[in-house]
Amino acid sequence: MLPAGHIKISIQEVQHRYGNDVQALEHVNLDVRSGEFVCLLGPSGCGKSTLLYALAGHFPPSAGSITIDDKQVVGPGPERLLMFQEAGLFPWMTVMQNLTFALRSRGLDRRAAKGRALEYLGQVHLNGFENSLPHELSGGMRMRVSLARALAMDPAVLLMDEPFGALDAETRGHMHQLLQRIWVRSRKTVVFVTHNVREALVLGDRVVVMAGRPGRILHELTVTVPRPRDPDDEQLVEYSREIRKALRAAEAATIPRGFPTPVPDTHPATYGEDTDALDEGAGAAGRAGRDAAWAVGRDL
Amino acid sequence: MQQVVPVVMLLGLWAAISKVGPWPALLFPSPFAVLKSFISMAADGRLVAGALKSLSRLFQGYFISVCVGLPLGVLIARMPWLNRGLKPLISGLQALPSICWLPLAILWFGLSESAIIFVVVMGSLLSVTIATEDGIRGIPPQLLAVSGTLGIRGLRLYAGVLIPAALPGIITGLKLGWSFAWRALMAGELLFVAGGLGQLLTTGRELLDVPQVMAVMGAIILIGVATDRLLFQTVEARVRRRWGLVAPT
Repeated sequence: MLPAGHIKISIQEVQHRYGNDVQALEHVNLDVRSGEFVCLLGPSGCGKSTLLYALAGHFPPSAGSITIDDKQVVGPGPERLLMFQEAGLFPWMTVMQNLTFALRSRGLDRRAAKGRALEYLGQVHLNGFENSLPHELSGGMRMRVSLARALAMDPAVLLMDEPFGALDAETRGHMHQLLQRIWVRSRKTVVFVTHNVREALVLGDRVVVMAGRPGRILHELTVTVPRPRDPDDEQLVEYSREIRKALRAAEAATIPRGFPTPVPDTHPATYGEDTDALDEGAGAAGRAGRDAAWAVGRDL
Repeated sequence: MQQVVPVVMLLGLWAAISKVGPWPALLFPSPFAVLKSFISMAADGRLVAGALKSLSRLFQGYFISVCVGLPLGVLIARMPWLNRGLKPLISGLQALPSICWLPLAILWFGLSESAIIFVVVMGSLLSVTIATEDGIRGIPPQLLAVSGTLGIRGLRLYAGVLIPAALPGIITGLKLGWSFAWRALMAGELLFVAGGLGQLLTTGRELLDVPQVMAVMGAIILIGVATDRLLFQTVEARVRRRWGLVAPT
């Protein structure tokens, strides 16, 4: 079932400590095979975004090594494309121009860029919207443009930081189906950060559960359910129980204390609703209750 | 119609005051006398020649302002060390009324076209620079992050992302710069006479021709309003629509 690719990303003994002395990552070891879809799952503040941004090369970790294709990651590079929670389209460019502009910067000529853009817009079912402006599209459509642009750029590794976090539950469900279909065809190496258990299980070949204080890998789960996956699949529901159990155990083992969010503050507005459960110096009991609410998720 | 009525009433009031008011008609002419003067100056070409002269200076000065001010604003926004060095200087000079540059300009360039164009440049350059800098700094960090991860850099980043992203702010600066340039030019032309609408104003004063003075003032207002309405507001509205900054109506 598993893609039997070689090791694409190798994370060895990575540690990171922020300036405020928060141990964001501790003894993190993770290998991602070529063509594997790995989901980093965990509550806000568990270091999953820190790990993703280290992979992207936005900062060097305090210790340890990260290699992609046996090359040390130094600084951001075009072979590692990041997708954010916002679609990040250029508002003055049409849908088409958003893709061709990026492709031309990679050295494609006008015709090749246009052809490639059309091909990928077709994959995300946006034929006919080539000349629309981003603000004329819905949030889900904008995200699809962003996805088409990322895929058209053909990075060696696609890094996704809660890309569907700002979408409503239904649109998000559609995006999951779409991303599965596209991924089955393209078999990109993807590292996908989320705090939504269902999202991780529906999308990932492997779900890496992380816990905070200090940020570490708690549990790994290989998901062998064939794609396309139904979010209500019994096997997935069974997995989600397992994950929640692991998270609760981690919660119970952690000594409660005041704890500033160590995640880079890239989208505070949407992080807000689930950070409060972890950031307040609340008692362990209340915390566990709210964490259960988190683990169930808004739409699981 | 609703706009016309008050204007007609004001003109009527003006005509009435000039007729029955305590001031001699020589100093407070009726709107008809002003209109007559306007038409006669337009007919004998003085008005057009003056306006062309002034506009040519304005364009030269404004062109230099934009060519220097825009890149300067971009550089200041992108380079912290340049910002630390130049920002206080620019803010300080911005507080200086542009006509205060005239004595220096005359000493440096003599009583020449260059002197007056220099004053126009100094009047508008800094507002273009400041608006450009604000515009670039106001770009959502998300767009910069996206450009970074897509590998867009160099000239493509500046011309393709930074300037377009800052364009709504830059246009506000261009508009402001234009009106500052226009004011600086008129002040300059009044003080040192060498053709242009400012000279027509001065000539009117010297000949005690109040209708001419008022007619030229009217022409100056007309040119200012026309460029603002026809050029800047149209461009601004288009950009804001395209950028999705206003709800489509």
